Amino acid sequence: MRHLLSIADLGADELHRVLDLAEEFSEVQSRDVPKVPALRGRTVVLAFFEDSTRTRTSFDLAARRLSADVVNFSAGSSSLAKGESLRDTVETISAMGIDAIVVRHGSSGVPQQITSWTDAAVVNAGDGWHQHPTQALLDAFTIRRHFGDLDGRRIALCGDIQHSRVARSNIDAFTRLGAEVVLVAPRTLLPPDLEGWPVKVEPDLDAVLPDVDVAYFLRIQNERMGRGLLPSNREYRASYGLTVERAKQMRPDALIMHPGPMNRGVEVDPEVADDPRSVVLDQVTHGVPVRMAVLFSVLGPGQFDQEPPVDQETKARQEPQAGEEG
Amino acid sequence: MTTTVFKGGRIIDQMGERSGDVVVDDDTGAISQVGPDLSADRVIDVAGCVVAPGFVDLHVHLRQPGGEASETIESGSRAAARGGFTAVVAMPNTDPCMDSAAVINEVLAHGRTALCDVKPSGAISIGRDGETLAPMAELAGLGVRMFTDDGTGVQDDLFMRRALEYAGSLKSDDGVPFVLAQHCEVSALSEGGVMHEGEWSSRLGLGGQPSEAEELMVMRDIALSRLTGVRVHFQHLSTAGSVAMVRAAKAGGLPVTAEATPHHFSLTDACCADYDANYKVHPPLRTASDVAAIKVGLADGTIDAIATDHAPHTPDSKERPFDQAPPGMLGLETALAVALDELDMPLTDVLAALSWQPAAIAGLAHRHGRPVEDGNPANLTVIDLDHSWEVSGVSMASRSSNTPFEGRQLRGRVRHTVLDGELVVEDGEATR
Repeated sequence: MRHLLSIADLGADELHRVLDLAEEFSEVQSRDVPKVPALRGRTVVLAFFEDSTRTRTSFDLAARRLSADVVNFSAGSSSLAKGESLRDTVETISAMGIDAIVVRHGSSGVPQQITSWTDAAVVNAGDGWHQHPTQALLDAFTIRRHFGDLDGRRIALCGDIQHSRVARSNIDAFTRLGAEVVLVAPRTLLPPDLEGWPVKVEPDLDAVLPDVDVAYFLRIQNERMGRGLLPSNREYRASYGLTVERAKQMRPDALIMHPGPMNRGVEVDPEVADDPRSVVLDQVTHGVPVRMAVLFSVLGPGQFDQEPPVDQETKARQEPQAGEEG
Repeated sequence: MTTTVFKGGRIIDQMGERSGDVVVDDDTGAISQVGPDLSADRVIDVAGCVVAPGFVDLHVHLRQPGGEASETIESGSRAAARGGFTAVVAMPNTDPCMDSAAVINEVLAHGRTALCDVKPSGAISIGRDGETLAPMAELAGLGVRMFTDDGTGVQDDLFMRRALEYAGSLKSDDGVPFVLAQHCEVSALSEGGVMHEGEWSSRLGLGGQPSEAEELMVMRDIALSRLTGVRVHFQHLSTAGSVAMVRAAKAGGLPVTAEATPHHFSLTDACCADYDANYKVHPPLRTASDVAAIKVGLADGTIDAIATDHAPHTPDSKERPFDQAPPGMLGLETALAVALDELDMPLTDVLAALSWQPAAIAGLAHRHGRPVEDGNPANLTVIDLDHSWEVSGVSMASRSSNTPFEGRQLRGRVRHTVLDGELVVEDGEATR
């Protein structure tokens, strides 16, 4: 894999390879010293042009646990605030000799644009409404861990699909891995044209909840709400929120997921957020090994003909698959 | 005084096609003779080429004053001349905008030494904000014949009605009528949209402008033209629905005209797939069925003119994230070849849409788009239909290079352009 820009660039085999690798790195996390030398000597820049706490922290930990050097770069304190162009900024960072740029930007398409201005591997940490591929991978990882496989699973994605990079990347990831995806949202929160999307649309949450293996609730982003998209949070909760009553309709073995940060009492009732079927914290936990797998896939042996990632003496049991050329 | 003869070309104009030599006189600025076996001080062999009236572009952004980093009247006029245009109508969204005599006079002054006639349009409203009428009579006195708030449409229904009525009562000292030209876009419906709303905007996670944002205003302005009886020119039509409405309005006898751009009859929203802002434009690139409808509209005469909406932007501004980059594309130097490449129309009809039809709309028919006959102003273009070339933004005369046709192989190129008897483009290159 040269870059990770969009789940749409990956096939099912590649997705499974990254998830398998994440399983291996997941084991590293449980060690006393949760660190391997796989990317020692490599430099990863975290270029977050938009605020983020969990994604940035997760990538930061992932890079450090692979022994990479990590440089943080944030828009507010940077030369961008002084009027430097995105291209100049990227070229300047690149000129310092780096191996990967992890990019978060409020505008769709920026990670792809950046690939033409740098030799470094570009990893998309969320761009506009477009894609958030590592979120999709950690979500798929979480579901796969629970059910063993996504194939044939029925997943409801509920909420603001149109303004959600999580939704776009999750639809790509889940359907490529064989799951059936149902979008549950009012028309105002759906993309205007779903031609060619491998999804069903069902505006009635109550009609789908009893049948789903996974109910995935998207954050209602008040900051993106223009006029007339929704009457109120109250009405949203009544129609699309996972209330205590609705949670009772779900199967006992189903999963409740949310990418965070959660508006308790809007997308999910506070009581339900702590339901045993909720795997919200597992999602966060899995973010680190999944991002280790992604960073390793773009910087590891597939690219540099190095040794496999997990140091031999402690991890001779299962060699990760090398050669993740994308 | 120097006379030049263009020998051995095919003359094509509104009178039809014929062979003959054409002699122009740079002293009088007129065609002095048309016929067989003519001689002059200077002989230019144009055997195999088409000699036609110079093109007229109803829609260019020359960026001066205020945007000289991306284009100037001089550089834009050079691009126009290389594209075969002998006259262009400059859009008013400069900085400051063309809503006052001072700015119109500045544009006219720079235009005097340009490589084509530069005709400023006037803003309909002060600051193009749709609230106060610009001093139309004063601007008309300086020669302005087209009024438009291009870049944005006049949003308020009543204000548009008043603008039409006021323009309709203006006196023209040369008998050339006025026209209100409208960029049709209901801002409330297009707000936040950076490309066509549809399959691609949904997939790319970009805000969309629905076709209806254009169509609602086309519909309203057809109604207002009916109400007031005043002529409306529709700029850069981009949707099948708009074409259908203009066709019906014309069939109903309303005084409406329309233009379409080469990019709207050749490119679709799928071009935006890689987030290359060189494909960002307003109105946005639409779907294949819209492209097909624009072509039909040109072929059946619903759309009167090919206008480029030439909109230069600096490379760094086009390298911004797609949603932050400014909209617009170069068009002057590729218009003819793209039209020849894309349109299934008789050559005469293509030339009509590039020359004498827009000349009539702009009120320039006394100077441009005239038949190639002795006594007429020598504003001509000589076209080599067989010349193949590859589009390259950096080698264009424009100060900017934001062409959406970069790398495309095209056939047909302007070889010479004559402005008032002066050879301003010779063998594809500007002479000054």
